[in-house]
Amino acid sequence: MTENLFYFLTSLTLLSALMVVISKNPVHSVLFLIITFFTISGHYILLNAQFLAAVNIIVYAGAIMVLFLFVIMFLNMGKNAENAVKTSVISKIAGTLAGGLLFVVMIAALKDAAIVGYNPETYNSQVGMVENLGKVLFTQYLLPFELASVLFLVAMVGAVMLGKKETGEQHF
Amino acid sequence: MESVDLLYKAIYILAIFGITLLIATYSTYFERKIAAFIQDRVGPNRAGPAGLLQPLADAGKLFFKEDFIPNKASKALFILGPGIAMLVATMSSAVVPFGDKLIIGGHEINLIAIDVNIGVLYVFGVVSLGVYGLMVGGWASNNKFSLLGAIRAASQNISYELAMGLSLIAVLMLSGTLSLREIAEQQSGFNWNIWYQPLGFIIFLVCAFAECNRTPFDLPESEAELIGGYHTEYGSMKLGMYLFAEYINIFVASAVMATLYFGAYNFPFMEDLRAAISDPVLANNVVTIVGLVAMFTKIFLFIFFFMWVRWTLPRFRYDQLMKLGWQILIPLAILNIMLTGGGILLKEYLF
Repeated sequence: MTENLFYFLTSLTLLSALMVVISKNPVHSVLFLIITFFTISGHYILLNAQFLAAVNIIVYAGAIMVLFLFVIMFLNMGKNAENAVKTSVISKIAGTLAGGLLFVVMIAALKDAAIVGYNPETYNSQVGMVENLGKVLFTQYLLPFELASVLFLVAMVGAVMLGKKETGEQHF
Repeated sequence: MESVDLLYKAIYILAIFGITLLIATYSTYFERKIAAFIQDRVGPNRAGPAGLLQPLADAGKLFFKEDFIPNKASKALFILGPGIAMLVATMSSAVVPFGDKLIIGGHEINLIAIDVNIGVLYVFGVVSLGVYGLMVGGWASNNKFSLLGAIRAASQNISYELAMGLSLIAVLMLSGTLSLREIAEQQSGFNWNIWYQPLGFIIFLVCAFAECNRTPFDLPESEAELIGGYHTEYGSMKLGMYLFAEYINIFVASAVMATLYFGAYNFPFMEDLRAAISDPVLANNVVTIVGLVAMFTKIFLFIFFFMWVRWTLPRFRYDQLMKLGWQILIPLAILNIMLTGGGILLKEYLF
């Protein structure tokens, strides 16, 4: 049951992730990206990490993708999907070569990689629950956690600086 | 889980789904009746006794109208928009505890569809998805007014989600859990969260109005500026779905507010009632059923409040809306978090 669910979710994830790239219309791409986030949240639930699943949906599907969609709708890029930028043959060949090389590198890197199994006796299935996650974040990983919050503060200050109107300056 | 439990759960889920739809249907009727009362009119009174069959007549009309799709619209997304709105609206009542547990023939039935330990986050996530139905429909219509409505809806929802989340954090600090069931259990009797979180409740209420696109925050569909907003091009049952989803959202928002701040299924003198009945099973069931009635009474009062405000207050201007969200509600919510934290520390210090 769980295995079938995993394969179904995985194929759905890969399919919608591919559709993000293939779709000609940017709005369709964003909608497929949202589906991808949902299926990834499904994977988190299969891994018993409910908190991560919910936060993934709130942050990515609920906030960031709304802004993406918002900007794309504002720019109205869907209109010129048919007469999109024409790419020359050389750049197509270069793109194929670069992609193929990246693929070779990936295969070379993954060839010798082994999946690190888990020990069923010592494995704690409750590790993804919100209480455990909070404890780990505020004890073992306290410094990276606090540093990340400083990073957010810096980003916020940067956004405010960019959006701020200075005296004598006309933006619109 | 045994098959009997599974059966009870299935019945419960279907019942909640049916009740949600029924309440949403009759909200349209009561909205018109309350509007009529406030404006000193009669309201719908032709279909059935006191106009009680009016929602059915409306639904019949919407179903039999011509299903029209504009020529240049993005057809698939045009159909998908109302569907998403409806799907998301009906999803969130799954984690709301409508009552405590019933005991039937030795089986304990929890009156909550899925008891997850992240219930609050689930509701919050689903609420944040609600805007997609509006955005997809508004964009797919290929109409400037629809697009403007959709964009307004998106920016409004994102802005008010922040203040809503911050006001929620104060409740979570008090209760120490993310499960709506545990939050409800902690407010037994008359120990409701509203006594500790009056400011947080007001912020949450305002944000709930904005998230449901209700007056005074119904800018995405303000007819004076945008014809009909995101549903300008919609007709027949697709329009009906959008309107229906709005009423379901009101119901869910009322249920969540009742759970978080007004003690969910708890009512005063609950333990006295439990102690007054000698048979423990019967006592539990009586208390649960009275609690269920209490919960729905609270929900109906909130729905009435939503309607009362709609017919009392005029609409905000868009810049006022943004100013209220970003410059007033968010700082207030942060202040509320700090006050709550100080209060918790003070309580630990004193007692």
